[in-house]
Amino acid sequence: MPPPPDRRPSREASRRAALFSEPLDNPLDAGLTAHLVEFGEELRGEGVALGTSELLDAFSALPEVAWNEPTLFRETLAATLAKSPEDRAIFDLVFERFFFRATELAALTTGIGEAGSGSGDGEGGPEIDVDALREQIARAIAEQNESALRDLARLAIAAFAQPGEGSGVLGVDVQRIRRSLGLRTDPQGDVPQDDPRAEGLPRDGIRRFEQLLRQELERQQIERTSSLPAARPLHELDRALPSGPLQDLASVHRVVTQLKRRLKTQGQEHRGHRRHAQVDIRRTMRASLQTGGVPITLRYRPVRPRRPELFVICDVSTSVTSASVFFLSVMHALHDSFRKMRSFVFIERVSEVTEVFERERDFKAVSEAIARDAGVADISGYTDYGRVWGELLEQIQDELHPRATVIVLGDARTNGRAPGADLFAQIAARAGRTYWLNPEPRLYWNYGDSVIDTYAQYCEAYECWTTAQLENFVKVLTAPEATRP
Amino acid sequence: MPITPERPDEVSSGLTDVGYLPDDATALVAFLAIKLGKPILVEGPAGVGKTQLAKSLAETLGRELVRLQCYEGLDEAKALYEWNYRKQLLRIQAEAQDTGWQEVQDDIFGEDFLLERPLMTAIASPDPVVLLIDEIDKTDQEFEAMLLELLSDFQISIPELGRIEASTMPLVLLTSNNSRELTEALKRRCLYLWIDYPSLEHELEIVRLHAPELDAKIARRMVEVVAMVRDLDLKKPPSIAESIDWARALLLLGATDIDSKTFNETMSIIVKHRTDIDIVAERVGVKLDGPEDGASAAAS
Repeated sequence: MPPPPDRRPSREASRRAALFSEPLDNPLDAGLTAHLVEFGEELRGEGVALGTSELLDAFSALPEVAWNEPTLFRETLAATLAKSPEDRAIFDLVFERFFFRATELAALTTGIGEAGSGSGDGEGGPEIDVDALREQIARAIAEQNESALRDLARLAIAAFAQPGEGSGVLGVDVQRIRRSLGLRTDPQGDVPQDDPRAEGLPRDGIRRFEQLLRQELERQQIERTSSLPAARPLHELDRALPSGPLQDLASVHRVVTQLKRRLKTQGQEHRGHRRHAQVDIRRTMRASLQTGGVPITLRYRPVRPRRPELFVICDVSTSVTSASVFFLSVMHALHDSFRKMRSFVFIERVSEVTEVFERERDFKAVSEAIARDAGVADISGYTDYGRVWGELLEQIQDELHPRATVIVLGDARTNGRAPGADLFAQIAARAGRTYWLNPEPRLYWNYGDSVIDTYAQYCEAYECWTTAQLENFVKVLTAPEATRP
Repeated sequence: MPITPERPDEVSSGLTDVGYLPDDATALVAFLAIKLGKPILVEGPAGVGKTQLAKSLAETLGRELVRLQCYEGLDEAKALYEWNYRKQLLRIQAEAQDTGWQEVQDDIFGEDFLLERPLMTAIASPDPVVLLIDEIDKTDQEFEAMLLELLSDFQISIPELGRIEASTMPLVLLTSNNSRELTEALKRRCLYLWIDYPSLEHELEIVRLHAPELDAKIARRMVEVVAMVRDLDLKKPPSIAESIDWARALLLLGATDIDSKTFNETMSIIVKHRTDIDIVAERVGVKLDGPEDGASAAAS
């Protein structure tokens, strides 16, 4: 669990004061202004780089639209406040959370409640036709009818959730209602042909409905207890590396292509400032033709980024599988950035898989091939670092040289076996650079059987469990030599 | 005649009239940009109509479109202005020997010898224009920094001539494929618009707008297939323009249904890499019916 974001009340207060003293020539009342500033603070707390100028933009934009319409209001704020797809995703989450809480708080303070809500005999009368409700919900999900879904979520709760019988955990209640409604993505045979359930419902639609259910349950809970629960910070997993069985190759490749193109253009700021830039005579002469043969503008040879030789060694034991497969595929997608690259996987033994990755493009095929051919598990299936280093050293010691880079991906959990740090030190000494990527948050390092510090004295260790961290690491890896100390 | 819309749905209907179907966010952001005089930064995958948005906006607002295509190594001489060296040299050589330096200097650094580049054209234009700075992510950071000054002050200073200020406010659109992170400073000055591939219904509307004669059933099937193809791991997913092309091709061929035969024959319109073609044929081609089967619900 990450620590809650630093609130810094004094700075927050001064910032708010500054905004209020700003002569706003629009009719926004102070209440909304304060709410928006708070909303901005909350976005900052979740890591969106938000400037005062952006908030002011939002203020000047709102009077231009009929902002009492929910979508217009939301999109206007999004256009002025969230400036990248990632920020937009966070914006949507925070928007939902913030304005939901703000509304509920206002309802609590002014004492507005809903008569009869939360008790089983809600709006649909004493008897709700459950089958009709099921079909209506399925239809609304298939058509992605937002407002209908909202209403149906309330009905569903009235029909299926008996007050007092709730498990107390919202997620459990939501799943229970979903099951009793029979919402599934796979096709269902026992319904009429024109029913959307016959072909299975879209996963996104079901997820959206679950969100609405959860929101409605939360609302009723707030009303029952007359108090707001503490705000939950966004789950870090929302921004973590794509992983897990649902992850398909397409989305991984999308991440990778982005990464690749970004890396291609990055480092230009370094390239220009190298002290001993070489003049490119041919291009200078070509440019001088414009000025009648006088070389007024000098053209320089670009500084090429470094293309290191890579040895990637990856733990594929179950504890780190998702991270390692993703990581290996990233490395292979970046193949042309490196002169030569060899990949190894290990659990108890080490095995080379360079060819598998060159041959196969499909994630599933790769992992199957590794499971079938690599023979990395021996008896227990637990990682044995000591043995792995020994075998690895035997295999590659003649090829290691000062221009080579060794990257290890693993959680450094030895399962109580010998870490073999001396062997690892030998590998690190022969290679030019050695990096260790740990897919665990730094918080967990050296707890339990993790011995990362034993290895970290011979290499640079990085935590690597979000795409941003990975990107940062690849940047370090491909930075031109001149910028390194 | 330049038009200034008063409500977001006016922008929306205006764009629809010129053949661009915007979603709500697009129309709203365009409207805000016109109202607030702020540039729009448009991002999204390739082929979702980012450039087309600028063209359509120019058309519907009755403004001229000035386009600056960015590329690696684009510099101020290509974007702002440049002195016409050749003409200046000719001018000096044509002059009699006894003209004083001062006169020559006054003469050759006049507007006659200035080559206007897109940014300059947009600033100096007497009528408001739409300035499209396409693929800003392809340029270097130095160029971006130069652009910052222009976007905040809308003026250009030329040492020999003085300052040229914009007499009218151009509507600026910057597009980016998100291939590199733009600087925070640039983002802060812009409204942000992310255009993604349209939803199924939205794309269907777009296709029906551009190929109205196409049978409704086929159009829906086609859009479903395109959505399926986009879900695959391709080098280049099909763009909206390509699905419109495909619709027109189907119309020309007089296709009555998209079966596996028609699909394999016309697939090259939407898929343009050899490896992609293999993947698509393997994954999507088999899901479609054979030519003799009727149109049942194969595309799920």
